[in-house]
Amino acid sequence: MIAVERSVPPRTLSTRRRVKDRAFTVGLWVAGVLALIPLFAIVGYTLVRGLSALNVAFFTQTPTVPGLPGGGIKQSFIGTAIIVGMAILFAVPLGILTAIYLSEYGNTRLAGAVRFVAEILLSTPSIVAGAFIWALVVVRMGSFSAVAGAIALTVLMWPIIARATEEVLRLVSTELREGALALGVPRWKMILRIVVPTAGAGIFTAVMLAVARGLGETAPILLTALGNDFVNTNPLQPTDAVPLRIYNYAQSAIISLNSLAWGGALILLLVVLSLSITARVLSDRQQRRTR
Amino acid sequence: MEVSGLNAWFGSHHVLNDVNMTAQDRSVTAIIGPSGCGKSTFIRCLNRMHEEVRGARVTGKVMFDGWDIYGSDADPVEVRRRIGMVFQRPNPFPTMTVLENAVAGLRLTGRLSKSELRELGEQALRRAGLWGEVKDRLSTPGGRLSGGQQQRLCIARALAVEPDVLLMDEPASALDPASTLRIEELVEELKATYTVIIVTHNMQQAARIADWTMFLLNGDVVEVGPTEKIFTTPSDQRTEDYVTGRFG
Amino acid sequence: MAQAAPLPPGATTVGSRRRSSSRAADSSFRWGTLVIAFGLIALLGLLLWVLLAGGWESITKFGFSFVTGRDWNPVTQAFGALPFIFGTIVTSVIAIVLAVPVSVGLALLLNEVESGWLRNPMAVFVDLLAAIPSVIYGLWALFILVPIFDKYVEPFLAHTIGHVPVIGALFQIPGGGKVVTGGNLFVAGVVLAIMVIPIVTAVTREVIAIVPHDLREAAKGLGATRYETIRMAVLPYARSGIVGATMLGLGRALGETIAVALVVGNGLGIGASLFRAGYTIPAVIANEFREATLGVHRAALLELALILVVISLIMAALSRLLVGRTAALVGSGPASAIEAGEAAGIVYGANVGLGPEEDSP
Repeated sequence: MIAVERSVPPRTLSTRRRVKDRAFTVGLWVAGVLALIPLFAIVGYTLVRGLSALNVAFFTQTPTVPGLPGGGIKQSFIGTAIIVGMAILFAVPLGILTAIYLSEYGNTRLAGAVRFVAEILLSTPSIVAGAFIWALVVVRMGSFSAVAGAIALTVLMWPIIARATEEVLRLVSTELREGALALGVPRWKMILRIVVPTAGAGIFTAVMLAVARGLGETAPILLTALGNDFVNTNPLQPTDAVPLRIYNYAQSAIISLNSLAWGGALILLLVVLSLSITARVLSDRQQRRTR
Repeated sequence: MEVSGLNAWFGSHHVLNDVNMTAQDRSVTAIIGPSGCGKSTFIRCLNRMHEEVRGARVTGKVMFDGWDIYGSDADPVEVRRRIGMVFQRPNPFPTMTVLENAVAGLRLTGRLSKSELRELGEQALRRAGLWGEVKDRLSTPGGRLSGGQQQRLCIARALAVEPDVLLMDEPASALDPASTLRIEELVEELKATYTVIIVTHNMQQAARIADWTMFLLNGDVVEVGPTEKIFTTPSDQRTEDYVTGRFG
Repeated sequence: MAQAAPLPPGATTVGSRRRSSSRAADSSFRWGTLVIAFGLIALLGLLLWVLLAGGWESITKFGFSFVTGRDWNPVTQAFGALPFIFGTIVTSVIAIVLAVPVSVGLALLLNEVESGWLRNPMAVFVDLLAAIPSVIYGLWALFILVPIFDKYVEPFLAHTIGHVPVIGALFQIPGGGKVVTGGNLFVAGVVLAIMVIPIVTAVTREVIAIVPHDLREAAKGLGATRYETIRMAVLPYARSGIVGATMLGLGRALGETIAVALVVGNGLGIGASLFRAGYTIPAVIANEFREATLGVHRAALLELALILVVISLIMAALSRLLVGRTAALVGSGPASAIEAGEAAGIVYGANVGLGPEEDSP
């Protein structure tokens, strides 16, 4: 484009090139705006429509007879707490111990295989996890249950916690580990009492993200916990959850139920977004500290 | 402490060649030599830290208190309790306070009451010459101290488990001159109670504080002897070249 | 050699009995974590096994016709999955066709163009899109998007592109006249596109970021415009990686259940128009599992789930290959789209930010 023999470069670009460049840049901006409009649209609409559904009854009552105004989705909140709570109980220890293996003993081929499997599990559709547990637990047990829902969520959360925690553990400096070993501390104690606590904030962030994911998942618990119109605290019985209820009521022809769906969506959105944002802020801060 | 026939490898890279050395009780022995000569590797063999690296290998004997620390019945964890180490860069545990750092070795390997720990912690901090500066700050996180203070905290931590030998791998190289001086003074005090083996790239430091000096070159022991002799009338030409600064 | 000080409480001499207990503890700890880590592999194996065993009845009964049959009727026990395969592919293709240009554009915008105060907020917003649960996407799409599409977008498209030969057939309103309400393949594809944008953008950004600066500077030094620089120095290298990012997005689109189930219309027909009600594999599993009391029906659903797993496995493997190729070309970088996604913090459905911070080019 520029001839080598010229002593002075051309002062102006050809118009054609400039136009192309401009058009390109405009195109990029259009893409950016297009990508962001949905975010604001979704948050905005959910806020508006959801707010009108929120009242005390929303949180403290179970649904009324369909068609009658009033009522709430108390059982969904309780159910979500139970299911996700159990899932955390299962997935966090499993994930952290897996991460410890990968980061502290992880130069073997087995470790490589585990990482690969975690990658596969991370990209598996969540409904597959639901179908898996449905076939394995629900059909065998003969009933849908909160436990089955928790197990399905664990299938999703375990690889997330494992991979994210492994990253964080690896960041703990070798010097720290050596310092502990040099004191005559056995390796396993060094890992549990020095490495893991030092990585503590990062692990917390990883768990936060897994929880945010677990809270929002519908398909796996649809197939395993099924849902319930009433409060159920028996883990072996069908239990409701907020995303399930939203899914249900979204499809209903009754407007008051639709409205409840929006209310649930608003709460869910707020919780999930706050968890994600907090996790991001925390990890940004941690990153800055280790640099 | 007596080293005989020590050889060390990183994978297939032969780093230490048949090293023999004796460290006298309650003295300071300095290991000097140009970078890459194997000083750090050597000292890390003395408390079995070298083998923690992947692909590292050690053969030979290191006799300590009548035992070969590399014997088949020796436990590296126990070895390290008796032979303590201070590293080049201060590495206090970030999640622990000053006091907790000082007694970390004790807490993690034994069961002692809180008051016992506090007392032992104070003792260790005094021995490291740090007590006066931190006695009002015992609950601040270990990482908040200055570099020199952190290193003395690490020394206190190492001393708290009552080792017999203290290995120091260039303990002052990451510190400013004032802190370096304090560490050197500390070493002089410590040698009354402990056997100190210190790696240093700073020859003047060795000349200042060590009773005995060993000169390592490319994994071989060139010369070992009283510090004065090494620096004034070395037997080996290479030693003389090194200490007079002709290379290094 | 004499002891320097009396032994502290708890200390023992070297070579004592203590060694076996501490070594045993170390050993069992290592084995313990190993077993659990292996458990993850066992979990995947179990998953595949359960789906295979569960779907066996259907696999053996229908064989290949499962995939080609158009008739899905639990009552008559006919299970042909073609409508779902068709719908899944169509919605995913729509999603990719719409999402990839936008994502690549956005990625280029964030990495190459915009480095001011606007950049980080924009990046954060895009990542937040990934965190939104799919049921909320579905709800919004059902109540906001579908009416707008039914009333304005689809008739508009039908009257404009609908008349273009060949492609127009895609945009015809089935049955002529009024638009079918309740959702269709097109709007499902659009929702999927929105859901897929964050992940494709994130991975593309990572891929673009590892292209070395020297190449860009060489181009700029020649007097190339920004457009030309990107075309000459960035995109050729990043091409495989971008395809890999697309695969990852495709994988996500293929498996998305809830949002699609709400707006796809649940229709079993197969035809040219995108505006007809359709069905996808995940949607039918979600909708029919409750009533699937017949063994064969259950097996059929599980066979569908198995097909889904296999497809997503292939996508994951492909994307690993392709992103790895860009990394290999450049000499460093993530080995797979998942890793790139992790570095960008997006794979977990929300931002981790655990990876390296972005540098301005």
